[in-house]
Formats: sequence, C-alpha cells, structure tokens
Amino acid sequence: MFKHIMVPVDLAHMETLEPTLAVVADMARYYDATITYVGITTGTPNSVARTPHEYEQKLEAFAQQRHSVHGRPVSARVFQSPDPVANMDDLLVTAVDDVAADLVIMATHLPKALDAFIPANGDKVAARASSSVFLVRAPQDK
Amino acid sequence: MDNEDKPKAPQEDESQGIPAPSGATNLIDTDYVIGQDNITSSKFGINFDLHGKVFMFSALIILIFVVLTLALPEQMDPLFSGAKSWLTGNLSWVFLFAANIFVLLTIGLIFTPLGKVRLGGVDAKPDFSYAGWFAMLFAAGMGIGLMFYGVAEPLTHFSTSLEGSSWAPLGGAEGDTAGAISLSMAATIYHWGLHPWATYAVVALALALFSYNKGLPLTMRSIFYPILGERIWGWPGHLIDILAVFATLFGLATSLGLGATQASAGLNYLFGIPNNNVTMVVLILGITLVALGSVVAGVDKGVQRLSQLNMGLAFLLLTFVIAVGPTLAIATGFFDNLLAYFQNLPALSNPFGREDSDFVGGWTAFYWAWWISWSPFVGMFIARVSRGRTVREFLIAVLLVPMLVSVLWMTAFGGTAIEQLNSGFEGAKNAANELQLFEMLGQLPLSSITSFVGIVLVMVFFITSSDSGSLVIDSITSGGKVDAPKPQRIFWALLEGFIAIALLLGGGLGALQAAVLSTGLPFALILLAGCYSIVKGLMSEPRG
Repeated sequence: MFKHIMVPVDLAHMETLEPTLAVVADMARYYDATITYVGITTGTPNSVARTPHEYEQKLEAFAQQRHSVHGRPVSARVFQSPDPVANMDDLLVTAVDDVAADLVIMATHLPKALDAFIPANGDKVAARASSSVFLVRAPQDK
Repeated sequence: MDNEDKPKAPQEDESQGIPAPSGATNLIDTDYVIGQDNITSSKFGINFDLHGKVFMFSALIILIFVVLTLALPEQMDPLFSGAKSWLTGNLSWVFLFAANIFVLLTIGLIFTPLGKVRLGGVDAKPDFSYAGWFAMLFAAGMGIGLMFYGVAEPLTHFSTSLEGSSWAPLGGAEGDTAGAISLSMAATIYHWGLHPWATYAVVALALALFSYNKGLPLTMRSIFYPILGERIWGWPGHLIDILAVFATLFGLATSLGLGATQASAGLNYLFGIPNNNVTMVVLILGITLVALGSVVAGVDKGVQRLSQLNMGLAFLLLTFVIAVGPTLAIATGFFDNLLAYFQNLPALSNPFGREDSDFVGGWTAFYWAWWISWSPFVGMFIARVSRGRTVREFLIAVLLVPMLVSVLWMTAFGGTAIEQLNSGFEGAKNAANELQLFEMLGQLPLSSITSFVGIVLVMVFFITSSDSGSLVIDSITSGGKVDAPKPQRIFWALLEGFIAIALLLGGGLGALQAAVLSTGLPFALILLAGCYSIVKGLMSEPRG
C-alpha cells in the first residue's frame, strides 16, 4: 500500500525519536517500502552541525545506520532554512512532494494548552500534506 | 521495541572532518559545541533552550535596571543622563574617529579582492530575494528615524545655520539662505548616510563571516575569536553577549515607549484622539501583539512580509511628496545635496579641533552613540538574512543603496519643508519634532490620507523593529542558536512591551535610553576590534 515513507528527523533530539523509528522499521518491512529521512537545518552553525554540509553528512550516516537495522533501502534529504523553527511545517509539506512520499511517519508530543497558539508541526503537516500521515507520540509524554 | 532498533546519533568520528558550508571556506578549528552551556527543559509544556549564564545575568541586570529606574527616578535620571552627556560631550572624538574607520574599511573592502568572498562559502545561494532582503535591512536599520527626522532635522539645521547659532553645523552660514540649505542637508545626510550604515555593516559582516564561513555561533562574542581565541566561550564572551542583550532590549523598549508617546501625539493632532496614558498603552499593546504574531510566523513570513509592506508604503509616500511637492527642486536638490554632502564630509567627520562643539556633541556624537549601541541588534539581524551574498554585494546593499535612499528621502521631505518655510509657512518649524512631518504634509494635497499613511508607517516600522529585535535577543541568550524553541521569542517580544509600558507609566524612559546610549562607548571599542577581525577573517577565505 505504501511505497515510499518520509521520516522527518531532528538530529538534535534523538531521544524523542525511538518509538517513531521502530514504527518506521516495522511499516517499511511490512509494505516493502523505501524510506527517506528528512532533516531541516539552519545556514548558521547549530548544535548538531557547524555547516549545512556537515548536517547532511550526519543525516546520511544516520540513514545508513537505520538501514543496517531494518534492511530497507534508505536515502537522506536535507532542507536548509534561515528560520527552521517557524518554517518547519511548510518545509515538510513541500518535502512530501519533493521526495514523492506516500506516507509520512513523524514524532509528535501530547496535546497541550500552548498548541492553541503554537500548533504542533505534526498537526500542521497532517492537515496539509498530500500523503497519509502517521503521528507517533514521543516517549516522555506517555 | 528491539534493542537493535535503538537510534543513535551519528558519532563525530564517523564523519571525515567537518565539510565546508557551501563550497570552500576556512572553518575555525574549535571543540566548542553550540548549546553545550545551555539549559534545556520543558516545564509546564513550555520548551526552552537557553545559555544559562547569558540568560540569567541578562535577565537579572534588566530587572535591576527597571526596578532602580522606577524606584529611584530622581537618583537614576541624573546618573544616566550625566553619563550620556559626559560621553557625547567629552568623548565625541572617539565616536567620530571610530565611525570614520568603519566607513573607510567598508568602502575600501568593496574595491579590494576581499570583496569577492561569499558569505556561506563559494557555492552558497542567497536565502532571500533582493527585494525582501533590502526591505528587511532597511526596516530594521532606520525606517522609524526617517519618519521622525526626515522633516525635523533638515529644518532645525537650516534654522540654526541661517542664524549662525552655536548649534549650527560647521559654524553655519549666517544670512545666506542657499548656503544654509546646502549645509543643513549635508549635515542631515551625514547623520543618516554612510556612517550609520558602515557601523551596521561592520557588525553584520563580522557576524556573518564568523558564523557562516568560520562555523562559530551567531552571537556577538564570535567576532572576538581572532583576538581572544577560545576565551570567548568563557566570561569575556558572556560579558559581550550580556551587554548586547542589554543594549538591544532597552534600546527597543525605550524606543517603543518614546515612539508611542510620539505616535499618540500624532493621532491626537490628526484625529483628536486623547493624548494620554491609555492611548499610549493601547498603542504599545497593539504593536507588541502584531510583533508577537510576526515572530511566531518567523523571518520569512513575518518580518520579511511586514518589511516589504513598509517599503511599499514608504515608497508611495515618497513618490507622492516628490510628485506634488516641488518636484523640480527635489530632482535637482538630490544631486546638489549629494554634492554638498561629499564636499562637507571631510570637515563634518573631522574628530579633532572642532569649533562647532555644540553640534558635534549634541548631534553627531549623540547619533553615533545611538547607531553604535543599536548596531548589535541591526547588525545581527542583517547577518542573519545575508547568507549567500558576496562581501561586495553585501556592502553595496548595506552601505551605498541605503545612503542614496536616505539622500532622496531627506531631500524630498526636508527640502519640501525648507521650501515651505522660505515661502512663509512657519507651522512645521514651530511644531514639536514629532508633528513636523504632519505639518509639512498638511500643506500638500490629500493631507488626511498621507498623514494616515505616515502614522501607519510609524507603527509598522515599530513592529518590524520589535520582531527582529526579539529574534536577535533570543539568538544571543540561547548561545547563538537560531532554532531555539518558539516560546522564547514570544517571551522577549512580550518583555519588551511590558518594560516599555512600565517605564512609560512609572517614568524613566528617557533615563534608560540615556543608559543605552552609554553602551555606545564599549561597543565602539568592540566594533573597532571587529574591523580587525573582519580583515583577518577575510584574508583567510577563498575568493570564488
């Protein structure tokens, strides 16, 4: 049913990704799908990488590491933005079409009061993306 | 979940060194990891990620200054105002000298091979279009000032020059109308032309270079790497960043408070809205709320769009004044004034042995202290939106284009007002500073529409200062991260508004603004060090 899964990855907060990555591995194996791990980085140095190319290199290494776990074909795609915190959902919605994904699996947090003012990125992507979207709650929220 | 499925962040040793940003650059070799000194948490569902020391000490100093200014106004006001007067009076030569260095360096760089260096690496692509980029740097840099001083300053210099008073630039031109016009426009353009923009350009270029090409965090301390080396990660660096937060936050809050006072006077003059505290607080709240929406929407969708809206409105107003004002005089005046500026520039910018000390201390040094204390904010914001530009392109856009726009603006607004004065209309000359623009527009057709556009422009310029300022403070207090959680930028935008309201109601706006001006001196020295860093940094970059 699904041929290409897109997985937004925040390399700065790996601890919140565990359940998502497990779901991705299971779904990819079940549907024989390929996976694209998508990262968004700043042009300025950040806590993960000092340059956008270093970020790309780390995301690629991460994708290969995941490939060794689940065995499905992987690729990595990095988008750069001067203000990723504000542009995250727009970039991800564009990325779905760019990588031609038919399923997005991404981590999200439990609903909270602040969502009324600052909606979760997962909510916005689910509302606007052309693909199916599977939101997985982060572990500390359980 | 299987143990084997546990994700691991890629290890540093898996990568073969750090690749260049986009094409060749010369990264600085440091073990510092951005955010390593940060405190992160998500208490009460609100995420934060802050540089512990810079945030804590900035917050503490801000609190102390606000409380002291409100609690002891009679003691604090003379202290801050005295410091400001002493600096601009006795140390005016430091400001004039430093600003001259900034101009010489930035103009010089345009014509050297170092101008070919591209910010972000030889293959980097610009993040913003020319229109969006220019609108943002202009709105952050001086938009609001042009609204208030476009009429007021040329008129004042014209009057003092004609009278030959001690406040006249270069001693004035007593009784010589043509000479007084020429001198007044030259002096005004001097204060709004190359020097302020060169000051911004030094900070912006240094930050952009050390962040995009050298791999250091986007925060003031990074400029000092060539001088202090790894010590910038310790207290010397913390102090520079804390001073930058102080100048930016209080600069914005006091401008917002004083601006609300002026906007309220304008609304009263135009529409008869009562000029009182309620109107001013509503104005500050309104500006803060829109700025809040803009910081949440981000640089592209918030700041950029508002800046473009402002540029469009300002362009319409300028075109209108040129079209219905003395068109021919403005057209010839543009070239005459530009010529007068360059002719008088050596004398106006001479730091030593000046006989017009009232003008130098009261006008020039005051402006220079203001531009310099404002430069961490504007410079950092310009740096943030300038990735992908070459140094030459950057300097032409940050230095020469704004200078020409300022000349045209001052010629149109100031020139029209002087022309009106010479034809016998003294309304603008006798009005309070904040009303002079509206008095001038009142003599032209459709004045209720143009005055309304003027008021809207003032408000939106405040919003674009407030939102870009909040982004800058957020980046400094989170250790140079531009991807810190959103609630932090909301916190800073709100704090600016609250401090403005507290100082407006409790008194002390003027006193704290004087304190901000006093930061001009340490920043003048920081910027001179920045000049050295720029040259040293650029020399080691590949030129593509």
